[in-house]
Amino acid sequence: MVSLTIDGRPVKVKKGTTILEACEFLGIDIPTFCHLKQLKAEGSCRMCVVEVEGARNLQISCATPCAEGMQVHTRTERVVSFRRLVIELLLANHDTNCFSCPATGRCKLYQYAMEYGVEHSRFAKYKPHHPKDESSEFFNYDPSKCILCRRCVRVCNNLQANHTLSLKNRGPDTWVGLPFDKLFKDSNCVSCGNCVSVCPTGALTAKAGKSYRIWEVTKTRTTCPYCGVGCQMDLLVKDGQVVGVEPAEGGANPGILCVKGKWAYHFVNHPDRLTTPLIRRDGELQPATWDEALDYVTQGIQKIKEESGPDAIAGFASARATNEENYLFMKMMRAAVGTNNVDHCARL
Amino acid sequence: MTNSIAEVVDADAVLVIGSNTTEAHPVIGAQIRQAVGRGAKLVVAEPREIPLAQDADIFLKIKPGTNIALLNGLMHVIIAEGLYDREYVENRTEGFAELQEVVEDYPPERVAEICGIDPEDLKAAARLYAKAEKAPIFYAMGVTQHSSGTAGVMSIANLALLCGKIGKYGCGVNPLRGQNNVQGACDMGCLPGDYTGYQKVANPEARAKFEKAWGVKLPEQPGLTVTEAVQAIEDGKVRCLYIMGENPLLSDPNLNHTEEMFKKLDFLIVQDIFLTETAELADVVLPAACFAEKDGTFTNTERRVQRIRRAVPAPGEARADWEIVQEVMLRLGYENQADSPEEILAEIASLTPSYGGISFDRLEREQPQWPCPSPDHPGTPILHVGRFSRGERALFKPAHYLPAAEQPDDEYPLILTTGRILYHYHTRTMTGRNEDLNRISGRSFVEINPADAAKWGIESGARVKVESRRGEVVVDALVTDRVDAGVIFMPFHFGDGAANRLTNDVLDPTAKIPEYKVCAARVERY
Amino acid sequence: MEETRVVLHKAGEFLPTSSLEYEAVGGYAGLRKAAADPDQIVDVIKASGLRGRGGAGFPTGLKMSFTKGAVADQKYVVCNADEGEPGTNKDRVIMEEVPHRLIEGMIIAALAVGADQGYIYLRAEYPHVKKVLEKALEDARTHGFLGRDIMGSGFDFDIQLFIGAGAYVCGEETALLDSLEGKRGEPRFKPPFPGVAGLWGKPTLVNNVETLANLPAIMVNGPEWFRSMGTESFPGTKLFTLSGNVNNRGVYEFPVGVTIRQLFEEVGGGCPDGRRLYAIQTGGASGNIIPASLLDTPMDQESCDKVGATFGAGDLMFMDETCCLLDVLENLAEFFVKESCGKCTPCREGNPQLLHLVQKFRRGKAQDGDLDLLIELGSAMTIGCLCGLGQMAPNPILSVVRFFPQVFAVNNVYVRGAS
Repeated sequence: MVSLTIDGRPVKVKKGTTILEACEFLGIDIPTFCHLKQLKAEGSCRMCVVEVEGARNLQISCATPCAEGMQVHTRTERVVSFRRLVIELLLANHDTNCFSCPATGRCKLYQYAMEYGVEHSRFAKYKPHHPKDESSEFFNYDPSKCILCRRCVRVCNNLQANHTLSLKNRGPDTWVGLPFDKLFKDSNCVSCGNCVSVCPTGALTAKAGKSYRIWEVTKTRTTCPYCGVGCQMDLLVKDGQVVGVEPAEGGANPGILCVKGKWAYHFVNHPDRLTTPLIRRDGELQPATWDEALDYVTQGIQKIKEESGPDAIAGFASARATNEENYLFMKMMRAAVGTNNVDHCARL
Repeated sequence: MTNSIAEVVDADAVLVIGSNTTEAHPVIGAQIRQAVGRGAKLVVAEPREIPLAQDADIFLKIKPGTNIALLNGLMHVIIAEGLYDREYVENRTEGFAELQEVVEDYPPERVAEICGIDPEDLKAAARLYAKAEKAPIFYAMGVTQHSSGTAGVMSIANLALLCGKIGKYGCGVNPLRGQNNVQGACDMGCLPGDYTGYQKVANPEARAKFEKAWGVKLPEQPGLTVTEAVQAIEDGKVRCLYIMGENPLLSDPNLNHTEEMFKKLDFLIVQDIFLTETAELADVVLPAACFAEKDGTFTNTERRVQRIRRAVPAPGEARADWEIVQEVMLRLGYENQADSPEEILAEIASLTPSYGGISFDRLEREQPQWPCPSPDHPGTPILHVGRFSRGERALFKPAHYLPAAEQPDDEYPLILTTGRILYHYHTRTMTGRNEDLNRISGRSFVEINPADAAKWGIESGARVKVESRRGEVVVDALVTDRVDAGVIFMPFHFGDGAANRLTNDVLDPTAKIPEYKVCAARVERY
Repeated sequence: MEETRVVLHKAGEFLPTSSLEYEAVGGYAGLRKAAADPDQIVDVIKASGLRGRGGAGFPTGLKMSFTKGAVADQKYVVCNADEGEPGTNKDRVIMEEVPHRLIEGMIIAALAVGADQGYIYLRAEYPHVKKVLEKALEDARTHGFLGRDIMGSGFDFDIQLFIGAGAYVCGEETALLDSLEGKRGEPRFKPPFPGVAGLWGKPTLVNNVETLANLPAIMVNGPEWFRSMGTESFPGTKLFTLSGNVNNRGVYEFPVGVTIRQLFEEVGGGCPDGRRLYAIQTGGASGNIIPASLLDTPMDQESCDKVGATFGAGDLMFMDETCCLLDVLENLAEFFVKESCGKCTPCREGNPQLLHLVQKFRRGKAQDGDLDLLIELGSAMTIGCLCGLGQMAPNPILSVVRFFPQVFAVNNVYVRGAS
């Protein structure tokens, strides 16, 4: 353990803890653009700088480990004016037409500009913007909104390990692009959307992103309904409808999802969903009440059970339903119907 | 999985066999690629050049249905070169002599011949795996969906045991389960011979325990598997099917036959979220809530129990599956005490040692992996550490390679193998509702090697008829050397151009799994 | 004034690529001594007080001790020969004239830290040096100084030559390592320092050419001898590169602490055509520009720091009275815009703004507040950029603001040195 003070508050942390983590623990808010918990800190955005007594330079809190006796100040004049300058430098070349931006409300640049009182940049705009790429089925890329925090590139290369996004050129000409200037649709992109999930601005946004503002949605932590990996994710819900999915960090998924988990949620609110019980009458499935349907089910089961015994009935449980439902289904077949003819599609 | 997913990132070498990981389990695929990025060596054994093959140090493009020959070949090299873990074999296993005798028959040259690979690659792969300290094996349906699937799984276990790689961090045998809660459905006893936690129906003690807890007399004879039940319809032994959330009329092999059987049923109950191919034949359809509309738990492929939570209301009158089943049970004269998923999980925990320590309350804070017998037990990230379920020693179960049940001949000269693609899930009841996914991949197709395509005058994009002894479908051709000459591949997701109209419903004698991965077929321009 | 040649000892008097001829003038004696007791090397270097010659002046022995102390299955020694600082040519001279001294130094360093693989990261703009080094390395291998069981010591070590791709930032040691690994050359956050986790994550000793070339003589003559030259805090000699408006441009070796005046007048022979000296850029393109009035400053780190000059890698670019400092600053600012790697915000976005502001002054378009903004931005970059490149890039501008404030008089269109 190491002891240090942050803004005069003493704190003890495990060796190797970064200043940012220690601040989080104390509830001290530190602005960040490039920081992503799942990835090694690379310290490129410089927003999270703090003052460490005895150090000539400002130190980035995301990567600097706490040291014994360290005295950290998170909001000195030097720190605040530096952060303000970083915001101004980014704003100089940022497309500030926020009215049409899907990220409005969740944009970190916007949020910090407000917080640090930056209403305009004193610096000159000098960069031409690269063309938009709206070729993906699921998301849009607008380089004019990019602040080069490189989260997308790092997620694509280091977590998804797909190597679709890369940094092109250098210095002020640096931009995030695809090899050989390909469009997403022509590239090796697997549409996992993890770049979209981590973009702090409106550079990478879901195509459906304009349909909700972040303050309109609630988030519910759940488990992905697709393959057996069991990724953790948050459902974004607006007015009783699932409007988006964000990856969460789970035992099986380091804050990433695949194309199905991230984008294939439309079935939930799909008009084809069954909304009422159906009973086959005159050769056709016709709507029925729950009472009718349930009676019909039990009468059918009872009849066959009486005629041919319980083993004339078989039940297929579901690899898609919950443990509790499968348990109950199994219990129904064994305890209420009286047969061990219960299985599911594990083999299929 | 004997081990945990996250361990793979630390691996020194990874062996993937019969798993198109980046497409079927993309987030595990990504983590395998992370490992490769950190310097891990990768061996991929697959009949198709799947995306992960491009990341592989050694890609063994084996003929479909030759897994066991390959695995025996690997073990042959490892034993011949003295690369196996002598201490582990001596102290933790039984039956080494028998294993040695079987794999003796699989020298690299013979295996290379059977599998259609270079013997040097086989040797290199064997050395890589055996010498690596942390080396997990990942496998999936490419190993299991064969008439010799059980033997394939055993052979994988043999290989891992031989190299002392079970019960160790970063190693293990790791089957990747295809569906979100297929592990949980098994754990919950939705198997004809098992109660929850694999307590056997045939075990009188287990039965007595459940009889006491449930307050009823329980049937003694193990029941029928899905595939057996469908066969039993034929002779009138099974007259009623109750299907909750499955779509066998797309996922079963030899669909034409299955469809015929289903039509013979006296009473078909289907409970689902959509009117699936199966529901369309039903006598009664019960509308169910989907994962976003209910509370409960799923158990993932690494045995981790995790929550799902109600985020939106179910549409119309749809109800959660547990509520519906609860109602049916009540009307059948059985009253459950538990009245919420939370209470049902508590009942499961009370009857299931491996789930004993799992509760809704605990899952708010952590998601343990079973076995987790008590509330203070941390869960079990790695199985078989120091001890196997059968005792201190594991038993080698060597098996000889047997060719797939159906081999290509003059009439059906090609081997058809099936699998999944990235953009769809199982029978597309869910993913098929995404227009964006359908625009990327909306139609069934068959992959065919350029040499075969030339032989039958087929071009990419052309419509072709694919036929087997059991049926025929018309699909788009995709000419690609991803598959070798003599092999064609189809995804099984699509209703129109359904691969399972062609697949062979011959079963593995032990697991009763159908041989989806190999059947004889032919193609022609349509 | 007579040079004191340690690194350049006997340079020009023998065939550079021949180890036999190098041995004849005392070469590889340091290695023999080092190989006799490798465990002592780090202590000897520590005692000598040798400090890095690449610009930062970090104590070499201490740096070595980090890598020596790190436990790993593989360690590396990397020679930073990416001499990209405009106005610096000293490493080129060493590699051209005494390549075996560098090779010998690298072997000693490898022995000291326990590395068995070395790399020389050479800038692509030195194609002739590449040929010399290739020959010298081959010759060293032929004569058993590289490869397996070096000189019967049981020690294995070889050196691979790696050619950079023309990025100034790759002179920064961590960017150099990324580049060496085949990645985009960008500085890494430190810690971990390369000494502990460097090339491919393994402990790596990264030293400048001149630093490594000092090791053989220290091994032969001992730390006391080394400390007898230079200053107390910065012992030894240093290669100084004189460039710009000076008669005898070139690379010269003198004890650290020689004054700028001695180098300018006695070695450099003053400005051509009898013109008056106006300003000196010290320490290369990212160094401070100081007025002629500071000519008596001794060239050592402490003295330079005290007056606001930059010791750096020992570069001195002289500017006479015909020189326009805004021209110079614009040129330098353009250089840093081009050479910023683009990783951290203030360097990537700040350098173009520095350039833009300098251009405004240069073109007479500056407004009230521009100078304040220039100072604010420049100062912020020095304390907040990720690596030395961004932190040092504003130095020329800020030093001109300090020493030549008249240059930034608003809309003073063309301020010549004479004014």
